[in-house]
Amino acid sequence: MINKSLASRKQTIIAIFVVLGAIFILRLFFLQVIDETYVHSANNNVLRYVTQYPARGLIYDRNGKLLVYNEAVYDLMVLPVQVKPMDTLEFCRLLDISIEGFRERLKKAKSFSRYKPSLFEKQISKEAYGFIEEKLYRYQGFYVQPRTLRKYPTPMAAHLLGYVGEVNQTVIDKGSYYKSGDYIGISGLEKSYEEALRGVKGIKVRMVDVHNREVGSYLEGALDTISVMGKDLHLTIDADLQEYGELLMTGKMGSVVAIEPSTGEILAFLSSPAYDPNLLVGRVRGRNFKALSENPVKPLLNRAMMGQYPPGSTFKMVNDLVGLQEGVLKLSTRYSCQGPGTSPIRCTHNHQSPLDVIVAIEQSCNPFHWQVFRSILGSAGHGSLRENYVSWRKHVMSMGFGHTLGTDIGSELRGNIPTAEEFDRIYGKGRWNAMTVRSLSIGQGEILATPLQIANSGAVMANRGFYYVPHIVKSVGDSGTSANTFQKVVSSIHPSHYEVVVDGMRQVATSGTARWYQPEGITMCGKTGTAENPHGKDHSLFTAFAPDVNPVIAIAVVIENAGFGSTWALPIASLMIEKYIKGEVKRKDLEERMINSKLY
Amino acid sequence: MRERNEIYNNIDWKLILIYLGLVLIGWINIYAAVYNESHSSILDLSQSYGKQLIWIITSLFIGLVIILTDARFFSTFAYLIFGATLLMLIGVLLFGNTVSGSKSWFHIGSFGLQPAEFAKFATNLALAKFFSTQHINIKEFKTRTIPLFILGTPALLILLQNDTGSALVYSSFILVLYRMGLSGNYLLAGVLTGILTISTLMVGQYYVMGFIGLLAGGLLFFIKRNRTNIIHISALVLLAVGFIFSVDFAFDNFLGDHQKARINVLLGKEIDLKGTGYNVNQSKIAIGSGGFFGKGFLKGTQTKYNFVPEQSTDFIFCTVGEEWGFIGTSVVVALFILLLIRIITIAERQRSTFSLMYGYGVASILFFHFAINIGMTIGLVPVIGIPLPFFSYGGSSLWAFTILLFIFIKLDIKRAALL
Repeated sequence: MINKSLASRKQTIIAIFVVLGAIFILRLFFLQVIDETYVHSANNNVLRYVTQYPARGLIYDRNGKLLVYNEAVYDLMVLPVQVKPMDTLEFCRLLDISIEGFRERLKKAKSFSRYKPSLFEKQISKEAYGFIEEKLYRYQGFYVQPRTLRKYPTPMAAHLLGYVGEVNQTVIDKGSYYKSGDYIGISGLEKSYEEALRGVKGIKVRMVDVHNREVGSYLEGALDTISVMGKDLHLTIDADLQEYGELLMTGKMGSVVAIEPSTGEILAFLSSPAYDPNLLVGRVRGRNFKALSENPVKPLLNRAMMGQYPPGSTFKMVNDLVGLQEGVLKLSTRYSCQGPGTSPIRCTHNHQSPLDVIVAIEQSCNPFHWQVFRSILGSAGHGSLRENYVSWRKHVMSMGFGHTLGTDIGSELRGNIPTAEEFDRIYGKGRWNAMTVRSLSIGQGEILATPLQIANSGAVMANRGFYYVPHIVKSVGDSGTSANTFQKVVSSIHPSHYEVVVDGMRQVATSGTARWYQPEGITMCGKTGTAENPHGKDHSLFTAFAPDVNPVIAIAVVIENAGFGSTWALPIASLMIEKYIKGEVKRKDLEERMINSKLY
Repeated sequence: MRERNEIYNNIDWKLILIYLGLVLIGWINIYAAVYNESHSSILDLSQSYGKQLIWIITSLFIGLVIILTDARFFSTFAYLIFGATLLMLIGVLLFGNTVSGSKSWFHIGSFGLQPAEFAKFATNLALAKFFSTQHINIKEFKTRTIPLFILGTPALLILLQNDTGSALVYSSFILVLYRMGLSGNYLLAGVLTGILTISTLMVGQYYVMGFIGLLAGGLLFFIKRNRTNIIHISALVLLAVGFIFSVDFAFDNFLGDHQKARINVLLGKEIDLKGTGYNVNQSKIAIGSGGFFGKGFLKGTQTKYNFVPEQSTDFIFCTVGEEWGFIGTSVVVALFILLLIRIITIAERQRSTFSLMYGYGVASILFFHFAINIGMTIGLVPVIGIPLPFFSYGGSSLWAFTILLFIFIKLDIKRAALL
């Protein structure tokens, strides 16, 4: 029997149903339409952004010989949210890491993000990866990302090429391209040509299931971007010459720079002691870098453009050129190396006296060049001595001294040609004169130049009055985008004056300080230098170009604390010239003696 | 011939239509939830969507058989069916297999049978039978105790199988009892108890007590402070305080760790996205990421790639949410509410108490499943593993819900008769 009075309870019950239905729909509206965070979480679940790292561009020498290539390695990544309990011991053995190390890395990754991948173990070699690959599926949350590392078939030109390392936080914060873990060129060409070499990173958006297995691409790859390989660099370097130079410089501290005068292309660029560029690659880099930077002979220092030396006698032609240009030095001008006024700078050689400019260069007569310098400052005709000095400095700088040359390698030091203000500060305004600054006449004192600048001045002599900004990259990329936007710089000295000093330089090699080291069949024009070094034994210097007509190479050699320029720098430069022009060296005895001499 | 016409004319086609709609939508979503490309045919019998089709066809067959059965069969044999089900529940405790922690399955070949699913309609039959054969006086002791026994026995047996969700289903019969004359205060008390329990667990017992104290004080300030009022209010306050203490005590002492954890996560007291909270969180992500229009059929990622657990059974609603969006979920919720209202409406047109009772039982059981299952997927109730009727993958549950509903449809065909 149904109690009809209870029939109205039907309404209450239906009301309960409808209210709950309404609550559900409201809640669903909130979850699905209002709250956007779930879309984001769902993407975090299923989308994996895999960076496609492009290989860096390769580097070739001027003859197409490979200098730098890439080798595949694998970074092991971890996605903490997906790491499941596993056989940690076995995993550690596989990677050759300790349990503590494992825990620490995982903790670090978790503190970065549970949902974003972190680097777990970097740069696993191809061989080691082959071993790990088969077993990796057992460890959820771990996957590998292929990377490339630099590799050098013949280790050379380490300072020039530079090295690549992980990008630091400052760089990451500055732009939008680099992400933590990316590689970036840190020094040398790797740094100055970073944008061309690095290529463009790509992104692949993949979908993964709950076990982190890839199940396909997202939106058929609509959001993917393709990585573009870095552009290759074709250098002006001659690998054979570079390698030969490094061989000759073993056991010596210093630098060799060789330039093709007609183009400004750098043929050899080396700093010694050098190091194997393979040492600064990959996982061993940190340790090796520390060892190298703690080494007292500073193998990491690029002496070719960061070493600054007094140019010594190699600077004498520069002075003479200014004298000729200012009209205070004539071909007929003769100075005596003894007698009144010569005492401040004594002659170190035995030769005829008095002598003219050509012989003075040949014999590297100190008193002669002191007289030239004194007459420039005294009677160049620009007014006061100070103004004459300012004019002298301008001429010197027009030949590439005292300022950076603007090469494409970066981190170039400017050397020093002191300003008049500098002397004002030291001696007081109007209280200095030719006598006070006399060491400048023989390339000593406050004058400093880098080996690159000295080699460049050789190119200026070779060209009789101009240089192309020295550079190291011939072209970028396969399309051969010519990097040849390096400007021609003309000196303020008239070309005819150069013929005078070139005559002197020729005689250096035929009858002067370099006569024992003239390469057979090549007319070399050069100048030795023995630079006084306040910190120790004299530096041995030599600058030259060859042949005397249509020169193809200008060179500077600086060897620290090695004594006379003619003993070490000259023979090495001479061998380099022979090697470059003739392709092979006939003077085996000399070659061997140079290679085997240890000077530090 | 007359018989056939009677069936055709009296059958409630709307109910049948909603039923078919839910079953079909469910099947499509099971397909999408576990879809994999190497078995892309929805008819592939090696996959759960293929199997579900078998369950659907067999269910339709069972439904047909029920419609062709004499309606009196169900009232006459109600107790017998109930008894047989109880035996099965005892049997499964002794000889059954354990699946994910619950000893509630008989394995026959490769198919599993879950007696707890069938116990629901059997209990409903027995309860309806009891109320239809008695002269109902809710004040009588017998009238109060026997229904408690009918409901309590299967619930207890299922609880022993460690299947808390299915046992809780029996609490839904409070709606039937309410319709049969149980005081509305019980319903109210039930709701208030729920509120007290949840707030105690959420904000801590002393805050709730303080709040009740303030409420009582405020009440005394406004109403007449005579003896009766003061005694009544004091008694209520004492009762509430006692209850609050017992809630805390019960929570600390009677619940298992995983149940405590589930409740804590739901209440937001514990954020553990890896462990207990994982299911709910992933479920909300799947539904929430569907947006207004959904990602489209087979375009869901969260369920297909297994981020959501149990995605074809207890969490099948996630697929609806992810692939069909707010549109899809509201349609499904609306269909269920329509179904429930339709059942109540039909129940009310029955002449026999048996059919009326049974109808309310059907609505109550379906309502409970609907409320708990969807509430769980959208994070409104703790994770309690019970299926979404007609939707979730599984033979036992689809068969059982079909039997439950089709007996009612059959009773309705004979609504003019007094059973």
